[in-house]
Amino acid sequence: MISFNRNNEPKIIRPWSPVPTDSPEWLKCSNCKSLIYAKQLKENLDVCPKCNYYFKMTALERIELLLDPDSFFEMFSDMESFDILGFDDSKKSYSQKLQEAEQKTGLKEAIITGEGLIDGHKVCIGVMEFDFIGGSMGIVVGEKVFRLAEYANEHNLPLIIVSASGGARMQEGMFSLMQMARTSAAIGKFKNNNGLYISVLTNPTTGGVSASFSFLGDIIIAEPKALIGFAGARVIEQTTKQKLPPRFQTAEFLLDHGLIDKIVERKFLKKMLSKILTFYERSRVKI
Amino acid sequence: MNFLPFEKPIIEIENKIVELEKESQEKGIDLSSSIEELRRELNSEIDRIFSNLSAWEIVQIARHPERPKTSDYIKHLIPDYVYFCGDRLLREDSAIFGALGTLDNQTVMIIGHNKGKNVKENLKFNFGMANPEGYRKALRLMRLAEKFNCPIITLVDTPGAFPGIEAEEHGQAEAIARNLQDMFTISVPIICIVTGEGGSGGALGIGVSDKLLMLQYSIYSVISPEGCASILWKDSSKAQLAADLLNLTAKDLINFKIIDKIIEEPPGGAHRNPKETLNKVKYELINTLSSIRKEYSSQNDLIFKRYEKFRKIASYDYLNSIKRENKM
Repeated sequence: MISFNRNNEPKIIRPWSPVPTDSPEWLKCSNCKSLIYAKQLKENLDVCPKCNYYFKMTALERIELLLDPDSFFEMFSDMESFDILGFDDSKKSYSQKLQEAEQKTGLKEAIITGEGLIDGHKVCIGVMEFDFIGGSMGIVVGEKVFRLAEYANEHNLPLIIVSASGGARMQEGMFSLMQMARTSAAIGKFKNNNGLYISVLTNPTTGGVSASFSFLGDIIIAEPKALIGFAGARVIEQTTKQKLPPRFQTAEFLLDHGLIDKIVERKFLKKMLSKILTFYERSRVKI
Repeated sequence: MNFLPFEKPIIEIENKIVELEKESQEKGIDLSSSIEELRRELNSEIDRIFSNLSAWEIVQIARHPERPKTSDYIKHLIPDYVYFCGDRLLREDSAIFGALGTLDNQTVMIIGHNKGKNVKENLKFNFGMANPEGYRKALRLMRLAEKFNCPIITLVDTPGAFPGIEAEEHGQAEAIARNLQDMFTISVPIICIVTGEGGSGGALGIGVSDKLLMLQYSIYSVISPEGCASILWKDSSKAQLAADLLNLTAKDLINFKIIDKIIEEPPGGAHRNPKETLNKVKYELINTLSSIRKEYSSQNDLIFKRYEKFRKIASYDYLNSIKRENKM
């Protein structure tokens, strides 16, 4: 991901992982630089206890955070990507990238989809995994979102998608771009049939994912300070030659501009979803 | 006239022809046979060069400033055009044009990104890069087309949605996402033609359609070759290599069943003969409009079929069919 240091020189950093130290028990916060006890960081849901910095969560941790224990049933788990274009940039082929991502994350793709319970409320849920090629959306991610929305539509279940993505996956070319239309179609159909779609935006949600299913939520919730936007900050700065305003493309910035409903702290996220689901379920009982 | 590096041999012959014609006129000598021969040479040179274009060369043609622009198409296709403006929310965005008019005795709505032909126009139209207001205007005009019960023709020619501070503040992502979602509920036929540069989400933002056509030397891509190169190799000058990797030509995309048809361009590309290009597009549009009418029975059926089309294209089933072919 692209960020800026004080001199406004673009530099590539990955701000959402704590830095390992010599001791496996201790990590260094990449934001406030203080040492954090690894166990304490996990207990604090990957939020720095000193400076409140939000580190990324894996998709599986997120499912554990949001769903009732043992309630998750994974769907479409056998879908695998394939290098349809023969995309080889001479450094690393796409096939190799896919293999490495699978090894790194233990997942077959950048989203896990299924159904489960949130405080007893049955939902369809998709959670994106940023560590799988930047959470990018190719055919499989698009297809899983498409099928999940159709499943939610058929079974009349609320739909929740937790986004974490740099955008469309360029290694699949136009096949990736088309997923923006496909996912939007399926989600639109679901919403038109009165389905409730809650979109949760986490750090980062950008590009073709933000410009499709992520921003189509009936309700849009973001995590504090998450980077959310369409174009990359560096591209904007280079194109417009303007200085970017403070907090540009953060969740707080989006809230101020009326683009999202709420910013919810990680520790309250399940509670918030559960509350909304309770309101929603009442609507389905005849008064 | 602007010419592209690989067009140099063509331009040289053309210049020779002009010289000979001038000489023949000034000196009153008959040089017609030499001129004839040069013309033949010119045609075979154009054939030779254009039958073997690289992806990057096609990118350059697609971006050629003298290709017909949306404003030209509107004037040619619907000479009685009436332009409409504004998103009713914030402001007018002239990176996207929208007009009603008569094509082949029927009302149509044409909506398209408009690139300028010179610096002044490009500044005015923001190089065809729309802000959220442009996408919102486009959707408003699509709803208006429903009221007129007339087909919508969208013309795609943009480097991409505008990467600007205000664009982000006003919800660029939301505006594009909403168009993608709501275009699936538009109850009149939508025909999309990529006329030049189909730049990523900014192109797709008006590109959901029942029929997707591309001009022969237009491109449609998930990311610009320059953007792709700067991500892969931190070097945007390697765009030529990236163009190859991205499979962004009309030929690639018809093979992948992502587009429905390629509209052939005149020899040497649309920029060498804009008039003939406009005529070809008109002819194809009239044909497509009359065939599309026979393909659905009601508004609901039209909406259903659009959805089903997108279920199939770029789908997991398609991916698997290619996988199987590769294994055989």
